Amino acid sequence: MRRLLLLALLVPVACAVVVGAAQARQAGTTVNLVAYSTPKPVMQKLISRFGHTSAGNGVSFSQSYGPSGSQARAIAAGQPASIAFLSTGLDIDTIADAGLVGKNWNKAPYSAIAADSVVAFVVRPGNPKHIHGWSDLVKSGIQVVTPNPFSSGSAKWNVLAAYGAARKSGMSDHKAVQFVTKLFKHVVSQDTSGSNAANTFFSGKGDVLITYESEAYSAFAAGKQGKLIVPRPTMLIELPMVALKDATSAAKAFIAYAHAPKQQAIFASNGYRPVVKSVLKRPNLASWAKKYKTGPTFNIRDRLFGGWLKANRIWFDQNTGRMVGIERAVGG
Amino acid sequence: MEASAARAPHFRPREAARAGGRASTAISVGIISTFLTVVVVLPIAALVWESHKSGAHAFWQAVSNPLAVSALKLTFGAAFVVVIVNIVFGTVTAWVLVRDDFPGRSVVNAVIDLPFALPTIVAGLTLLALYGPRSPIGIDVAYTRTAIVLALCFVTLPFVVRTVQPVLLELDTEMEEAARSLGARQTTVFRRIVLPNLLPGILSGAVLALARALGEIGSLVLIAGNIPGHTQVVSVYVLNQIESGDPSGAAAVAVVLLGASFVLLLAVGALRFFVTRYERG
Amino acid sequence: MAKRLGLRAVALGYLLVVLLAPLVMIFYRTFENGLKPVWEALSDPNTVHAFEITLIATAIAVPVNTVFGVLCALAIVRRRFRGKGLLNAFIDLPLALSPVVVGLALFLLYGRTGWFGSWFTAHGIQVLFALPAIVLATIFVSVPFVAREVIPTLRELGNEQEQAAATLGATRWQRFWRITLPSIRWAVIYGVVLTTARCLGEYGAVAVVSGRVEGQTETATLRVEGYTLNFNTSGAYAVSVVLAATAVFVLVLMTLIKPREAV
Repeated sequence: MRRLLLLALLVPVACAVVVGAAQARQAGTTVNLVAYSTPKPVMQKLISRFGHTSAGNGVSFSQSYGPSGSQARAIAAGQPASIAFLSTGLDIDTIADAGLVGKNWNKAPYSAIAADSVVAFVVRPGNPKHIHGWSDLVKSGIQVVTPNPFSSGSAKWNVLAAYGAARKSGMSDHKAVQFVTKLFKHVVSQDTSGSNAANTFFSGKGDVLITYESEAYSAFAAGKQGKLIVPRPTMLIELPMVALKDATSAAKAFIAYAHAPKQQAIFASNGYRPVVKSVLKRPNLASWAKKYKTGPTFNIRDRLFGGWLKANRIWFDQNTGRMVGIERAVGG
Repeated sequence: MEASAARAPHFRPREAARAGGRASTAISVGIISTFLTVVVVLPIAALVWESHKSGAHAFWQAVSNPLAVSALKLTFGAAFVVVIVNIVFGTVTAWVLVRDDFPGRSVVNAVIDLPFALPTIVAGLTLLALYGPRSPIGIDVAYTRTAIVLALCFVTLPFVVRTVQPVLLELDTEMEEAARSLGARQTTVFRRIVLPNLLPGILSGAVLALARALGEIGSLVLIAGNIPGHTQVVSVYVLNQIESGDPSGAAAVAVVLLGASFVLLLAVGALRFFVTRYERG
Repeated sequence: MAKRLGLRAVALGYLLVVLLAPLVMIFYRTFENGLKPVWEALSDPNTVHAFEITLIATAIAVPVNTVFGVLCALAIVRRRFRGKGLLNAFIDLPLALSPVVVGLALFLLYGRTGWFGSWFTAHGIQVLFALPAIVLATIFVSVPFVAREVIPTLRELGNEQEQAAATLGATRWQRFWRITLPSIRWAVIYGVVLTTARCLGEYGAVAVVSGRVEGQTETATLRVEGYTLNFNTSGAYAVSVVLAATAVFVLVLMTLIKPREAV
């Protein structure tokens, strides 16, 4: 018994030493990619192709995928990262505040955006509740699924899109805020993240899920049942990819590579809208070009919002944000 | 109390202090507190510090937010229900697993701990599939407070069972048989002999279940619905604060939760002390 | 007899609703789409590596917490010292902290600008986003189990046998190995099993502090989350079933190697 116990104490220590040594042995250029939850399939395609280019030859990648906000905080707290690919510019700002990327990170080619998407709806197959636009969401009996905007970046896009759509349809600021409040009274589950919300919806709860168009396509690709509706008007979602200040040249080369037409075409055929619009003219992408036809009508730089920093302060501040009042009205 | 005379005499601390020796007490307490300091106290100290970083006013503002208050109330309420359920059903389960015999008993015994080993996200997905809108057995409790209690019962299931089981295994059946042969009824035997011996085990498990129920998040997020003011528990509220860039506010609410838990745990400790004293007679 | 059947029905009915039905559901979901996706998920080198990380963290956390738990239980039950009540309440506190808050606390201590973070960085030691943080978080969430298991059994036990042995000249060490440990074996076994299960299944705190780099710092539960994010339910459930099976294996193993029966 005593020997067993001794063994039980020694084995883990030995294991730890072996793992530590294995980690220390990694050599050559390594690019640490820290990304938000869902672009893994498309990123893996890009990374394996990058390895065959002259710039990418011999470069090894470490990959980390997780909720965008947590990933940003992890980088700020010291997680080794050379490329951050996150779901809102706000999360890049978190890293910029920590001094790890330049404050003017968006002064890069394509404003440092690697791919686009739009705020969209997923409804049940056959659209039994006839949901086509924003105003259909607040009809009586409609159950909406969207994550909580305080914990989820994707929900922030959803809230701003709902407000923007209301304003674009001619409502005053006051009326538009009332519309968002009414919308949240129809929300049956405020999940903690976009992927939890998707799980809730595909488990059978609710009539409509508000989400990124790209997320909907990845769910369909995995065999989930539903119908995608792109409402009109809707909001542009921009997915920023930046290199950190101390990143190697390989990391910067990879970001340039991701913007090249061939790679943009890969984004396009995986449910993301390319930032290099010309690739949609390619004949093999014709079916995707048709799907992306309903374009976004406004974005975060619209004067309705005035950029992420301002929009975040007005809407999502923990004490004074508009969303605090809306949540209280819902929970009260 | 007559029954106590029949039980084996209990351990008396004074004799042990003599047997154990002052020096060795100091050493073992030293080791324990060093370990606890590094592993538990330091992180908690960091949280307390963070919660007060923005001043007392900000602290108060964070914890007096009506949504925070209702989340705290909901969490403590649910935890209370869960503890009661655990005490009753956990004790019965432990009893059945030790004293009863039926086909498949060892299999049931082997799977008791599984709620711990399963990643909480899978627990959430499974409970949602089983007791959600597409329930194969027609029970849909998802997105209600019942769902919160159900999920918490799942993740706290092993505690009382596993703390009562070893006590039952060590408990001599001779005393019970003696009492029975002297004409005591089954309920009297249970109340006078078995229960007093099991109580420390039951309380031990209840304390663990209480603590876990207060801090749980993973298995809840999918099935609770997380509507602020209705089905949002404290851990989800705190997560929202962290994610929206307000770590001090998050720490403040967490510290309040911790303080309340600490007081509750102290109270249970006092109760335990009272119980063990009482039975010593 | 009727009473016994009644109790059995209550216990099994409860277990059916809360435990057995979910377990059946998990097995059904795992093999719903045949064996191929299960095998693909489990044979992926990154999954294998994730299991290794989880096992290493568990293999460190469990012995540490077991030794601590037994020491702690012995001190609380058999010794007198100031602050015993505080200690008793303190060991359960880690459970009451939401795992994300544990992650936040570890950031505050070991982050780039944390209390000790800058010291560790200056000395080239990576704590966060590496094995040490994973182990620390795993130990944190499973501190109280062994102590809480052993305390009630130790109370129930009393110490006449040990005193008898002491009068016969047995050393303290002999008394512990020959008398105390065999008597509390079931409590230790269940404590170890609970701790192991909790370590295997830990998700929240590890998710925050590990950095979740595939093939490096990703644990099995993070792998599960990754699969659910990409709607690969079979993969997620397959990894979970292996974790659950490991817990059962540990229980069986512990039962087999338990110390000799007391007299």
